[in-house]
Order: sequence, then C-alpha cells, then structure tokens
Amino acid sequence: MAEKIIVSELIKIFGSHPQNALKMLKDGKNKDEILKETGYTVGVNNVSFNINDGEIFVIMGLSGSGKSTILRCLNRLIEPSAGEIIVDGTNIMELKDKELRNFRQSKTAMVFQQFALLPHRTVLENTVYGLEVQGVSKSQREAKALQNLEVVGLKGYEKQYPSQLSGGMKQRVGLARALTNDADILLMDEAFSALDPLIREEMQDELLTLQEKVRKTIVFITHDLNEALKLGDRIAFLKDGALVQIGTPEEIVKNPANDYIAKFVKGVDKSKILTAEDVMKKPQPHMLLRDGPNVALRIMKENGISSVYVVDKQRHLKGIVTVDAALEARKAGVVSLSEIELEQGPTVRENTPVLDTIAIIAESKYPIAVVSEAGRLVGIIVRGAVLSALAPDHSDDAEDEHGSLPLSDTEIPTDHSNNQEGI
Amino acid sequence: MYKIPLAEYIDKGVRWMEATFGNGMDAFSESFGKFIRGFEHILQIIPWWVLILIFVVITFKVKGWKLSLGTVLGLYLIYNLQLWSAFLSSLVLVIISAVICILIGIPLGIASGRNNTFHKIISPILDLMQTLPSFVYLIPALLFFGIGKVPAVFATVIFAMPPAIRLTDLGIRQVPTDLMEVGQAFGSTPRQLLWKIQLPVALPTVMSGINQTIMLSLSMVVIASMIGAGGLGGGVLEAISQLKIGMGFEYGIAVVILAIILDRITQSIGSSLRTENK
Repeated sequence: MAEKIIVSELIKIFGSHPQNALKMLKDGKNKDEILKETGYTVGVNNVSFNINDGEIFVIMGLSGSGKSTILRCLNRLIEPSAGEIIVDGTNIMELKDKELRNFRQSKTAMVFQQFALLPHRTVLENTVYGLEVQGVSKSQREAKALQNLEVVGLKGYEKQYPSQLSGGMKQRVGLARALTNDADILLMDEAFSALDPLIREEMQDELLTLQEKVRKTIVFITHDLNEALKLGDRIAFLKDGALVQIGTPEEIVKNPANDYIAKFVKGVDKSKILTAEDVMKKPQPHMLLRDGPNVALRIMKENGISSVYVVDKQRHLKGIVTVDAALEARKAGVVSLSEIELEQGPTVRENTPVLDTIAIIAESKYPIAVVSEAGRLVGIIVRGAVLSALAPDHSDDAEDEHGSLPLSDTEIPTDHSNNQEGI
Repeated sequence: MYKIPLAEYIDKGVRWMEATFGNGMDAFSESFGKFIRGFEHILQIIPWWVLILIFVVITFKVKGWKLSLGTVLGLYLIYNLQLWSAFLSSLVLVIISAVICILIGIPLGIASGRNNTFHKIISPILDLMQTLPSFVYLIPALLFFGIGKVPAVFATVIFAMPPAIRLTDLGIRQVPTDLMEVGQAFGSTPRQLLWKIQLPVALPTVMSGINQTIMLSLSMVVIASMIGAGGLGGGVLEAISQLKIGMGFEYGIAVVILAIILDRITQSIGSSLRTENK
C-alpha cells in the first residue's frame, strides 16, 4: 500500500522561543527536566510514523498525550517545532501561506470534537463552507453538499440551524462538511467523543460503512481504546507526547508493548478483537471420510470424546460423526463413512470474531469447526477455550487443559504475577 | 518641589493646534454644522404623527406590539408637552454621533481584536476616553469648533465610542477556537475568516456595544447642552439654572422616553441575533 503521510521526528514544544528546549530535548533530557529548567512544555516528543493510503489510522492516548497536537501538525494548525511531514511527496513544512491554504483546501478536511458548526449558518450553509472559500459556484457547491448530507442521513434538514439539531446530527453535519471538501485525508479529532454511547456506536458503524465506499485516508484521534480497536486499521499509542506502540488492533491487544498499554488493554472487550483463529485448537483428533465407523469409535474411545469431525483427503470438512451414529453405522455394516449421511455441526471462518462464536457454541452440542475459505478444516473451538481467552487473566491450568492457545504466550507480565499471588 | 508643568504644556499644545488648524476647523465646523441643521430641518418638516408612525413600524418589526404601544404613548406625551422640536434636535445629535462612533469604532475594534499590539496601544486610550471627566474636553471642543452642535457631536463621539470598540474587540476575541480552526482548516484567507466567521459570530456582542454607544451618546448630548447643543438638554439646563422644577421634570421625562425607545430597539436587534445563533 502506498504511503500517504510520512511523519518523521516530529517535535512540538509550546512556547515562543523553543530553541533552547529543543536543544535540551536533542541532548536527551526528558519532558519534566525541560519543563523545570525552561518552563516549556514538550507536546510532541520525536514521533515518527507512516500512514497508508486508504487506511483508518487511529492515534490513541489520554488527554495531554499530544494526540490532538499531532493531528493539528498534519495540517499545520499548530506549527511543529521540528521534524518533517510529507504528504503525497510534498514536505508541508515548507509551504508558504498561499500554498498552505491550497494544501488545506485540496488535501485535508477536518472533523471536530465539539462539532464546530457555524451558529449563524444553516446546515446547508455550513456544509458548503469548504467549497465556498475555494470559490466554487453556488449551484455547484450546494449540489455537492446536498449529496453529502444525504450520505450522512440528513436529507431534509438543510434549512435548519445547528441549534435545532441533536449532538449526533450536528456531527453528521460536521462529517458532511468534511466530505463535501472532497479531500483525500480526513482528520477527525475525537469526532465521536462528545456523543452519548449509543449514538457513538452508531456513528462508528456508519463511518466504517462510509469508508468502504469512499476509501479516504482517515486520521482518527480518540482516548477510547474500544473505539480505537473498532475503527483502526492501525493504532498509534501515545503517552506524554511520545509514541509507545504502533500496530493493528490485534497486535496491540495480543502484544502490548509495555505495562502502560497492557493496563489499557486489560479492560478491553476481547471478544470483539480476537477471532476464531486465536482461540481454536488444532483439529485433533479428526478422521478421514474413507474410514469406517470402527475407526471413528476407536478415536472417540482413545480421546474420551463423543463425536469427531470428518474430512476428506484434502481436509475439506465433510461433517461430524457421533458415537450413536457410528454405532448405528457399524450395525448396518457400513464400511466407509462416505456411504452415510453425516451430521453437520456449526462452522465459522478463521476471521469470525470470538463474540459471534459465543452464541453458536452456547447452543451447540458439538465443538465449532473453523474452516478456511476453501472449506478446509483448520481448527476446532471448544467452550473452555472461548471462556479462557476472554477471561481477564487465564491461569496455567487452563493452558494445560486446552493445549497451547495463542493467547497464552502473550501473557501480560503483571497479570502473571497477580495469578501466582492468587494461587 | 518641582512641579511638572503638565497644565502649561497642554495649554500650549491646544493653543498651537488652534493656531495651526484653526481655519481648517472653522471651515469644517461650519459645513458640518450646516449638515446637522439640514438633517434636523428635514425631521422638523415631517408631520409629527408620520414620525411616530415610523417609530411604531420599527418597534413592531424588531420587538412587537407592546413596545409599539409604549412608543406611541411616550412620543405622544412628548408632543403634548410641546417638546417635539427639542426632542428632534436631540434625536439628530444622537443619531449622528452614534453613526460616527460605529463607523470609526467597529473597524478599530476589529483591528484591536485581531492584533494584540494594537490592542495594547488602544486600551489605555479607551480608558482615558471613558474616565476623563467629560467637562474637561468640552472646553477644548469649544475652542476648536466654537459654540453649538458641532463641538457637542465631537465631545459625544469621544465619550460614546469606547464601548463600540471594546465590545467589537471582545466579540472577535470570544469567537471559539474550534470555529477559528474550522476557518483555517478549510483554507480560508484572513479576509474570509473575518467576514465569514469572526464578524458573524461576534455580531451579538458587537450589537451590545452599539447599544451602549447609543445610550452613552444620549447621556452626553444632554450634558453637551452646556456648550450650546440645544435640544432636550438645553431645556434641562435652563430649568436647573432657573430652579423650574416642574419644567426640569418634563424635559427629563422626554429624555428618559427617548432613551428607553432607543435602548429597546437596539437591544432587541441584538437579542434576535443571539437567539438565531444559539
């Protein structure tokens, strides 16, 4: 994937003459020392990352972590103190006033936490703002705005004033305004944080649906890890202005870079992040379709189980055979299982979220079969595995019972110590 | 102890200005005086009931029938007390002074709201304009422009302009940061930022500045009767100097009625902007 934005060694120090503080930072002094000696605050401390074309890149951190500052450096609403920001091959740090305005008009559009709608303008007049300052004709910009208002579900509200709208609707206007600008990059500054939880979820879903269609490069700021994990193709974790970890949601949850992130991740609803692949175990035992009921019964006896999955030579899942079915087949003199009709157990794909497997497993008498796109059996999920994967800290006992689970080797150090104390 | 000869310096300065610009100021005073009298003359020609009708339409438009009713009663009382001519004369001075204050004050307020250095320079000057006892500059006004309505307007403008500047400045400074960021993030020029975001958002505050300016103009127009402004203030002055208590009340009530009408009109324009904004 092409790199849309390249940020390297970005530094922002707040204050009118940061040269001194900058030098101290380069000499390796930390944030607190610099604040103590110069009175200057280091907002962003030597951050580098790349953002790919068409991805949702989430910058996650608590308040004061510098996430909003970084976002504002990307369109130079805040002037970086040092570093380089390259967007589509252009170093935006070198842009002069007029070039910067052109860059902001054509490349970026911003969505704000408190919506930032102009109170004296109607919904439609707010939505056209970006095109209006570019000098696009009235009919053209209004046509475009109406189109985008429809996309965000606000058709019929064009003549209303922002004061007449609810929070969720206001942010839809904010989104429509950004979309109408038709820029490749959407900068979203805690865009959903001011909304109540239900509306927030709804907006997140809609953003994802919208992104399927428009494929913008979205830089999304949030302090809510669940939001970050849901929206982000990749997440950058900030603390005190410095980058702690960059990775996909799964990488962050499974391999937190340090205790700080681990503590965050602990509270996360893992059922949405982990997929079937993460909790399944090897499809052992299983049996081949050409074998007969005697083989099935032997496998069940050896493993102390009451059913076994059946695959063909290419490991395509064919069905499941239970003790009762095998006994009946033996009585009927069946030589190969291919002669009888096999029962079908529940199946999921490798990338099915664990959340979705819970309901299936609760209703099924059999383990869930995990199949690949081609229909090959790649694993099975048993109840215990799901539960232990979702448990905040799973003990070593659980590991023994279920074989090696992917999660077990990502044990968070602090959790381990807690366990041992607990036992 | 050595006394700084501040008074002497100022005397010298004023005399120098008089000598240097005297002729020019006389000419200006004469033509501006003509303009004021012409304006007054036009209002005097219009029948009293037509003017009342105009006020009724304006008040009904900006507020509602209650204010219109009050306006009719108040203005009729003024007419009945035979103060109509004095009332018009004061009204003209207030309108002219307020318009000058707004034309000069709002651009200065915008400049001060957008530029911190200018803000720092103008702030103490505004303090001076507002707190210096107004009699102190009535006298130089007299020296420059002679007796009459022109020095009255001059003194009134100095006294009444600060709120227009200050509240425009405040309104511009109070525009929320995120709205400014919207303007910048979408690539507005500084001019677009001013006209499309700062001024419209600041407008309700600017309007309260205008309201203040008009009220101060009215109060100064009364005081300026001491240098020959005439009008309602002239009547008040005469009543005070001759201890005619009843006459003083009549003129005083006319001033109050004018004040209330002007205040309610400008206030409701301001608040209608405010509610639309919220």
